[in-house]
Amino acid sequence: MNRILEKEFFSENVVKLVVEAPLIAKARKPGNFVILRVSENGERIPLTIAGADETKGTITIIAQKVGVSTEKLALMNVGDSLVDLVGPLGKSTEIHNVGTVLCCGGGVGVAPLLPIIEGFKKAGNRVVSVLAARNKDLIILEDEVRKWSDDVIVMTDDGSHGRKGLVTQGVEEVILREKIDECIAIGPAIMMKFTSLLTKKYNIPTQASLNAMMVDGTGMCGACRVSVGGKTKFTCVDGPEFDAHQIDFDEMMMRLGGYKAEEKAAFEMYNKMLDK
Amino acid sequence: MTTYTEYLKERREQEWRVELRKKLKGKERTDQARVHMPEVDPMERVKYQNVEVNTGLNTEQAIKEASRCMDCANPTCIEGCPVGINIPEFVKNIERGEFALAAQTLKMYNALPAVCGRVCPQEKQCESKCFYTQKLDKPAVAIGYLERFAADWERESGNIAVPECAAPNGIKVATVGSGPSSLSFAGDMVKMGYDVTVFEALHEIGGVLKYGIPEFRLPNKMVDVELDNLRKMGVKFETNFIVGRTASFDQLKEEGFKGFFVGSGAGLPRFMNIPGENYNGIMSSNEYLTRVNLMGANSDEFDTPVLRGKNVAVIGGGNTAMDSVRTAKRLGAERAIIVYRRSRVEMPARVEEVKHAIEEGIEFMNLTNPIEYFADASGRVNKMRLQLMELGEADASGRRSPVEIPGATEDIDVDMVVVAVGVSPNPLIPACLPDLKISKWRTIEVNEGMQSSIPVIFAGGDIVRGGATVILAMGDGRNAAKSMHEYLSTNPNN
Repeated sequence: MNRILEKEFFSENVVKLVVEAPLIAKARKPGNFVILRVSENGERIPLTIAGADETKGTITIIAQKVGVSTEKLALMNVGDSLVDLVGPLGKSTEIHNVGTVLCCGGGVGVAPLLPIIEGFKKAGNRVVSVLAARNKDLIILEDEVRKWSDDVIVMTDDGSHGRKGLVTQGVEEVILREKIDECIAIGPAIMMKFTSLLTKKYNIPTQASLNAMMVDGTGMCGACRVSVGGKTKFTCVDGPEFDAHQIDFDEMMMRLGGYKAEEKAAFEMYNKMLDK
Repeated sequence: MTTYTEYLKERREQEWRVELRKKLKGKERTDQARVHMPEVDPMERVKYQNVEVNTGLNTEQAIKEASRCMDCANPTCIEGCPVGINIPEFVKNIERGEFALAAQTLKMYNALPAVCGRVCPQEKQCESKCFYTQKLDKPAVAIGYLERFAADWERESGNIAVPECAAPNGIKVATVGSGPSSLSFAGDMVKMGYDVTVFEALHEIGGVLKYGIPEFRLPNKMVDVELDNLRKMGVKFETNFIVGRTASFDQLKEEGFKGFFVGSGAGLPRFMNIPGENYNGIMSSNEYLTRVNLMGANSDEFDTPVLRGKNVAVIGGGNTAMDSVRTAKRLGAERAIIVYRRSRVEMPARVEEVKHAIEEGIEFMNLTNPIEYFADASGRVNKMRLQLMELGEADASGRRSPVEIPGATEDIDVDMVVVAVGVSPNPLIPACLPDLKISKWRTIEVNEGMQSSIPVIFAGGDIVRGGATVILAMGDGRNAAKSMHEYLSTNPNN
């Protein structure tokens, strides 16, 4: 159960795992995520389902190494089993034929974005995708995104791949050249915040998928709470996607830092242990 | 068919009970003071999350306490018990030294006596109806301590009686959730020969018993023993399975499940929606207790972190608030404060928990209510503004309501706040069953037999009652089992 069947590193810090999960593969829809544990004493962490194969009974998850749990996840090998895996969680993306959809992905945010891109394309929309990252290494799934998009723009901060510039530059360019009916933005919180501010200027309905901290992921604890339209919502059951223009991104980013000290200490302890 | 009253009378007339009553005169019994539960010293126990506060009665203490019971002709104590345990029978079995029989008696009515003996609010239930309380104005027989004694004795003897189960009838039923209501339902159904699967969303079984109630009140190991018993009886457990998400009810029906018991609880946390409540360092009691009790965050051996505040305020006056504030103390808080808008005597928590909390140095700021939080530059809470209250006129129920004293506020330095003001029904199941009738409080509506508006779906516990108690949940589970059995027997081809 929950065996890892395939493993691939997209870069030093980004790993893709294909995991045996027949029930989840069957039940999931774009936008859903899973909660998993790597070990008996491990944390429960959320990761979006980047893809699934119902026939094979597998799901794909993509993670960036950002702390102890993701480091441990990246060290797992084909044949190992995840101690716990549960899903599909969260509300799935509302996918309709609206016309033209602009999909913006920042860094690892492209992983959860991919199934949404595929969904919108299959629903008959024209899909324009903007992928952005700090550098070439952090651009992932470009081929898969191209497969499901009518047009793709790649932006890197340092110009090592695609065009040099921020995601917002690519986004604005698209907005100015064609009518966009809906926008989806997934990536680091700051990327979603500025993309949202931009689309708000042009009155384009925008959904952002939030990467709040979670413990149970089933609506039980409120760790993932976020303010949307002045009301408190739980990312795990009311989201993870919300109307981006209503999200208090500043509060969200503040809350993402809530355990910085503890995370740093844990990481240092983990590295010390590895060094021994 | 004998009624329960007739049955109790029959049992009371057994020779051994008649003889036992004659052994001591009434006055010899009532002259004895109620036993004191041995406890770990407060200053010692606040250093440890995993040290149980009450250490349990020994054999002599238990027998002596049991001898206080008058074995009343009209046992009013039973009226106070939500599951109608034959209390005199189990207590008298203890008095005569038949501890295994005492445990057996308990288990006829209550699947988890080791749990209930520890967490039931006996002072509001059985003990409030005891002859001593009602007629003598003296401390009741310590029914709760005796229940715990019998259950612990049986467990420690290594000879836990596994109830006999009827021959398998091949009918598959499922529970949604693995908390007390589902466990109680599962136990009764498997005894009647049903093929029972308990589906649990989390990675651990037990619901609030595991994630909510701390180790120092209810050791998780104890819950595991009870779960093992259910396994021995044939109950199947599936963790990491969210009914309605991982698989739908329809899919489960296709797999042959004929009846469902929803015991998904009231795990949705409630916040007060006051300014600053989303600052870092402010969390729900569910989050705090789950991190510590379920995820082991208080120990470095576990990866999940928990914040350790120096000045911790817990908002609320129930058992969850007590559990949270006492956990904070154990995790190193210099000040661990209860903030509650009513007075001390009106706090809904178990009397024993409040007593233990006071001994442990918990501060009580009664008649105060938070109205705003403030934070430092990084967004971490550092101050809380309290509105001072006073008790006003009695309302229709006779309780005096707290009333704000205009302009009277107080600021307290805090670096962590736990909001324990109540919980709401888990929304997952109602969300996936649009035809399921729910109340305006989002609880699942059921008839007397715990049956919902969808005939094959029954429900009980907090998902029906809102946040309540373990024993009420267990009573619902039993009621639902009886009722579903009747329904499935008369509707085999649903």
